[in-house]
Amino acid sequence: MTAQQQTLLLFGGVAAVLVLASAVGFLLQRRSGPSPVIENLNARIKAWWVMVALIAAAFVAGKPGVIGLFAIASFAALREFVTLTHTRRGDHWALLASFFLVLPAQYWLIWIEWYGLYAIFIPVYAFLLLPIAAALRGDTTRFLERVAEVQWGLMIAVFCASHVPALLTLDITGYEGRNLLLIAFLVLVVQGSDVLQYVWGKLFGRRKVAPALSPSKTWEGLVGGVASASLIGAALWWITPFSPAQAGAMAFVICLMGFFGGLVMSAIKRDRGVKDWGRMIEGHGGMLDRLDSVIFAAPVFFHLTRYWFAN
Amino acid sequence: MLDRLAGTAVMAFARLITGVRAEWRGAPPQPTQRIYYANHASHGDFVLIWTVLPPALRSLTRPVAGADYWSKGAIRRFIGTSVFNAVLIERERENRRQDPIAVMTAALDAGASLILFPEGTRNTSEAPLLPFKGGLYQLAGARPRVELVPVWIDNISRVMPKGELLPIPLLCSVTFGAPLHLAEGEPRDTFLARARAALLALAPAREETA
Repeated sequence: MTAQQQTLLLFGGVAAVLVLASAVGFLLQRRSGPSPVIENLNARIKAWWVMVALIAAAFVAGKPGVIGLFAIASFAALREFVTLTHTRRGDHWALLASFFLVLPAQYWLIWIEWYGLYAIFIPVYAFLLLPIAAALRGDTTRFLERVAEVQWGLMIAVFCASHVPALLTLDITGYEGRNLLLIAFLVLVVQGSDVLQYVWGKLFGRRKVAPALSPSKTWEGLVGGVASASLIGAALWWITPFSPAQAGAMAFVICLMGFFGGLVMSAIKRDRGVKDWGRMIEGHGGMLDRLDSVIFAAPVFFHLTRYWFAN
Repeated sequence: MLDRLAGTAVMAFARLITGVRAEWRGAPPQPTQRIYYANHASHGDFVLIWTVLPPALRSLTRPVAGADYWSKGAIRRFIGTSVFNAVLIERERENRRQDPIAVMTAALDAGASLILFPEGTRNTSEAPLLPFKGGLYQLAGARPRVELVPVWIDNISRVMPKGELLPIPLLCSVTFGAPLHLAEGEPRDTFLARARAALLALAPAREETA
């Protein structure tokens, strides 16, 4: 099969799952009448249609489409993150630079495939230069906390998220021209794991994993979701450069990273007293609510693949 | 044509930077004649209210703005008068040619709804809301059938702190409260305190950052 045929098959499969989900959601609503859980479920399914359509459009456009889509997602995610931090007037230059210089530069470096710089640009150069910009403004109130929050926002919303399109820059022997499918693999497994954890949790969830962080995460959801999503990952080995066992192991690692990403981001939301990062995506919350697991999984998946499979 | 285009561009820019969302908590968005009175922290304030109003209401609603600021220079005049169709009032008591209350009641009598900032000036202090000037009370007495709707604009002061040239992207929200009216024989200060409390009640509770 060519890469195009594989991609079509993949999106066809996702569309079939969504059709099934929409039908189940419709029947649930008809049978049990309006309830907040079912309304939220249907809003989530509707939003999934939109998100899958956007990713499909980006895939059709190829490299510029995918880099553009994730640059926009980073912008929205950083906007949500900074909203919940303690910015002061003295952070104005550092924040302007984060949004309008660092973010475009990071995606431009991925566009020109300069691995040596995009891998350290934010962890080294932004890390050192932005606190200088803040210090020059002379406001020392909560200084360390403020510069740490700006750096954390950039790492999460821009640096880590940009490792999804960075998968396009990997040069893997025998896998030339197919790197978009690596992105499809990552996104499908991580988001599939999120959805399956939700489904397993709603059906069988009893014991909470981390009651202090997230009331909705249960052991039953975690084990069932991660196990079934890892199996899906193994079953998708034919779109990857991995063997079935390797694909399953990769899927297992990214599911775990995704789960813990959700926990970490929940801890931040808890501390700031909010339930969601924003209201951008109907039924899901904000961009960060949807991307938290991808953000934590992407760099690890990128480096594991790069270390063992790329030239 | 140019003013419509400029208006659309301003609203698109406001959405890009602030992702602004409206919450109609106390009254539905319907074309009743209203005075939307809001907290004032930035020149972006009325743009946000204007952006979240449904188009049918937006075309009926005119912001009240200081003539001293919005008549200065061709660009400000174009934005103030042509794009936003602002009701310009002269804020300084000395040598003004027109009474602000008369200008605003004339706009109400022509059928417009108004966006008003009863603090009278931009709030750059640490306090969430400055004391209200008396204009809201006088308008409420002069046109008692017009609904007074409190509108809390959240976060815009962080988007563009005073003295900065460029805005930083941050999520903002606009919350519309329940309409109120001047009660019969209600004294000025009682009414203004009540209106101010109704506005403050819309502000989201937030931990102290200072």
